[in-house]
Amino acid sequence: MVSLLIDGKKVEAESSQTILQAAQKVGIHIPTLCHDPRLAPSGACRMCVVEVEGARSLVASCATPVSEGMKVSTRSESVTRARKLNLELIWSHHPNDCLTCDKTGECQLQKLMYEYDVKTSRFGEQNPPPTPDDSNPGIYRDMNKCILCGKCVRICDEVQNQHIWAFSNRGMQTSIATAFEKPLKDAGCVFCGHCVSVCPVGALMDKPAIKKGRPWETRKVRTVCCYCGVGCSLVLHVKNREVLQVTADTHDAPNYGSLCVKGRYGFEFYKSPDRLKSPLIRDRIDQPFREADWDDAISLVARKLVEIKQKYGPDALGCLSSSRGTNEENYLAQKFARAVMGTNNMDNCARVCHAPSVTGLRAALGSGAATNSLADIEGAEVLIVSGSNTTEAHPVAALKIKKAVRQNGARLIVIDPREIELVQYATVWLRLKPGTNVALINGLLHVILKEGLENREFIQQRTENIDMLRQVVAQYTPERVEEITGVPKEDIIKAARIYAGTRKGMIVYGLGMTEHKAGSHGVMSLANLALITGNVGRPNTGINPLRGQNNVQGSCDMGALPDVYTCYQKVDDPVANKKFSDAWGRQLPAKPGLKEPQMYREALAGKLKAMYIIGYDPAATQANINHVKSAMKKLDLLVVQEIFMTETAKLAHVVLPAGCFFEKDGTFTNAERRVKRLNQAIPLPEGTKHDWEIICLIASAMGYPMHYNHPGEIMDELASLTPEFAGIDFKRIEGDGLVWPVWDKKHPGTPILHKDTFTRGKGKLNDLLYTPSEELPDSDYPLYLTTGRRLYHYNNGSMSLRNPEIRSISSEEFVEIHPSEAERLGIKTGNTVRVRSRRGSLEVKAHVTTKSRPGSVFLSFHFPETPTNVLTGPGEDLLALTPEYKVCAVKVEKI
Amino acid sequence: METVNEKRIQGESIDLSGVEEILEKYKGVRGALIPILQQVQAVYGYLPEPAVNLIAEQLNMGASEIIGVATFYAQFHLTQRGQHIIKVCCGTACHVKGAKKITEKLSKTLDVRVGMTTEDKLFTLEEVACLGACSLAPVMMVDEDVHGKLASDTVSEVIKTVKESNISQ
Repeated sequence: MVSLLIDGKKVEAESSQTILQAAQKVGIHIPTLCHDPRLAPSGACRMCVVEVEGARSLVASCATPVSEGMKVSTRSESVTRARKLNLELIWSHHPNDCLTCDKTGECQLQKLMYEYDVKTSRFGEQNPPPTPDDSNPGIYRDMNKCILCGKCVRICDEVQNQHIWAFSNRGMQTSIATAFEKPLKDAGCVFCGHCVSVCPVGALMDKPAIKKGRPWETRKVRTVCCYCGVGCSLVLHVKNREVLQVTADTHDAPNYGSLCVKGRYGFEFYKSPDRLKSPLIRDRIDQPFREADWDDAISLVARKLVEIKQKYGPDALGCLSSSRGTNEENYLAQKFARAVMGTNNMDNCARVCHAPSVTGLRAALGSGAATNSLADIEGAEVLIVSGSNTTEAHPVAALKIKKAVRQNGARLIVIDPREIELVQYATVWLRLKPGTNVALINGLLHVILKEGLENREFIQQRTENIDMLRQVVAQYTPERVEEITGVPKEDIIKAARIYAGTRKGMIVYGLGMTEHKAGSHGVMSLANLALITGNVGRPNTGINPLRGQNNVQGSCDMGALPDVYTCYQKVDDPVANKKFSDAWGRQLPAKPGLKEPQMYREALAGKLKAMYIIGYDPAATQANINHVKSAMKKLDLLVVQEIFMTETAKLAHVVLPAGCFFEKDGTFTNAERRVKRLNQAIPLPEGTKHDWEIICLIASAMGYPMHYNHPGEIMDELASLTPEFAGIDFKRIEGDGLVWPVWDKKHPGTPILHKDTFTRGKGKLNDLLYTPSEELPDSDYPLYLTTGRRLYHYNNGSMSLRNPEIRSISSEEFVEIHPSEAERLGIKTGNTVRVRSRRGSLEVKAHVTTKSRPGSVFLSFHFPETPTNVLTGPGEDLLALTPEYKVCAVKVEKI
Repeated sequence: METVNEKRIQGESIDLSGVEEILEKYKGVRGALIPILQQVQAVYGYLPEPAVNLIAEQLNMGASEIIGVATFYAQFHLTQRGQHIIKVCCGTACHVKGAKKITEKLSKTLDVRVGMTTEDKLFTLEEVACLGACSLAPVMMVDEDVHGKLASDTVSEVIKTVKESNISQ
């Protein structure tokens, strides 16, 4: 600590702090244009100059460290004169169009001109005209307004690591440009909008908001993003029932000001003319839909559900809810299934992504949730990123990984068959054959145990079954694992030594682990790694699934699963069953219900007669969709609550139009178990209802009165039945929310699980043999097909494809194929090819790239015109029945 | 969207082996960007886009950062240059002695704007600050040869001579 005088005020500061930081600490305002606390100081704009006694000249306070006894004046005459001069110089090169500029009101230059009362400039060549450039998607540019503060260049470099902008030329000609002045789309820009968010003037602005209104005319509504499990905090700028712009507050967890392209520019779907605006009904699915009023539609659904229940029994009914829906909606959905329909045939779309995480982590640790927070990534010394194309699927989490590596010196181990962007940051890249995860991790375990690198004390005190694990992994020598996985044994040994050599080793994984025949086993294997090295239960450690959809964690926590109530209280546990039966006033079924894939099988067998699906599109996103569609076609009743006419809705008897996340109050739980509040920003479109209201109406029409005034009351009810949520209510989770478990109203939440003991007592080391994928390439279908996500789109594309800005960046699918295969097949980038599996075929353009592993091709499933899931199947996770999206066999033919 | 690397694989018509050689020489050397750019320019006469992209990839930096450096220094060029470089002096003495007219004449004769290269790639016309031969003002350099005490008609003569010598070669 040093002490200094700022404007005569005594200030204590850390010696590493700058004068600016010290002044801010005591509330002394120093103006800045190029400063941002997230960026290394650059001292470029000279607005923050201050006078330091004894210094030769004025110093930039943002870049000058404090020292003992320093005497600083922030408002002396020479300081003010310098700042005014500076503003005059900037103004002489800035268009004088504040009257029409969209930045007016938020412009930092405007604010400082006012503050320092600079009316004009003494310098010649005053005020060039604006040069608006709206040729790029999302980002509006006017380089004449640029004041060369360099924040866009630095944030693109230091935070996003994309290096798109740079200072080009010199002297008066200096400008901010992309390499070779290319359009952003061709320059490698990922349209995260970080540059826009830091621009102090109107040089970079969000294009969709241009000419729609001034900052003071908009209402700012805080809510949570609906595009992935990171669960970024958003600020919606709303005017006249319209969302004009989305930004993020630098103080809000977990994203602290960062967003990705979907979060920032993916908000326009809500006003698509395709929105469903009226209930639609029909008797048979070969008839066209007819519009119905709500009363008729509700009574129709209620009557038919009751009829089917009476005729075939409650287990002829099934319900699927959505990981895009709120916690409150998911809670109500499972309450509806269990108490009203009377069945445990309840599942949600976590079944097709992270159900193996729940199964695997519960088996190993006792809790199916991420052990640590996303913020912990930044402080880890070693990171294993396995089966997660983080930069595209969870872009804001990827920023934390990049920061850990680039700024904090962490070593990164990437386990992935594809050459994903993070490979550039990796110390070791284990490029395994798809589907060989368990063998590879057994190889790592083998090396760690053989070389004595394990944490014996931790194993002894906190785990069980080490002897069996030792026996099993003894077979997985690096040589044998190299044979199975194709990963050089040297790399296996290197990775094992790196991970075992740290006390801050953190595992982050995605669907590349879970969507396999041995998906749950893969998750358990990762848990083994963490357990034998003792890398769990402390900060910067643990095993952390990156959830696919925004509320995968929450939909599972809420008991939208066939075997559990909220927070994994088992339906066949008599105590839990009685507790919920008493609370809900109905005797609840005790036998676990059908998992989603089982529902389709039962439907095809004629045993399941009706399905109630909320905000989920399995007819596009399940594996082997032809099979799924034939199952749906056999149903006597399919009811779908949706915002758009999805592939699933097209097969329904009744479609009920619902609200989207801008129109909702409620909560989402992100990948780190953070329960955050959604705030309704705009009213429901006319003719639609909230998902929770629809459920209440149908339940009541079926003779089970269900009524809530507000989702907050649903939260109160579920909190009273769920010990982990006991301390959560809507009032407490304003702001950054709370991380469950929250045991009581004073409890601060639990960012790190398993600190002293595991949820299941001791950590279980599961001894697992490698199980090959269900369908491997052969002479007829020689290539692996892996499916996954692309940066610009989300799931079935129903939302992301309806955003004009995003569509103008990415509007069609392409199959990624390695140059060696492409050459053999005579395929060039842009050629249309046919991809065929045993279950179906599709046509798509090819993209030749070394990103694909030789022998593998890759497709996303975002585009309805490229229905990738006609190809996928037949494998599914041995325990959780999650489809094996990451491996099936296909062939590719040039057309 | 294509990455830099992929563009290269799909074969732009430029041979990058020269760049690879230079990069190999500087492997692991810190602060080597400027010498690399200088040598690449010595090979190609300018900094071709695929070369810049390859350097960016190998040095693990953004292409935009390299462009930032390349455009800061006058010695680097991002477009193909002529076989002969004409540098017209615009220093004080030459300015007084009518350098502007010399440039205009050249621009007209060669049908090229200052800073640009003729269509036949024979000449690049540039203005420079001072060639340090004030006693000979107005002055220009064609490649390594200094031509002084110029007038509009002698300028054409010089160009003619250079063109002829080019043919005879």
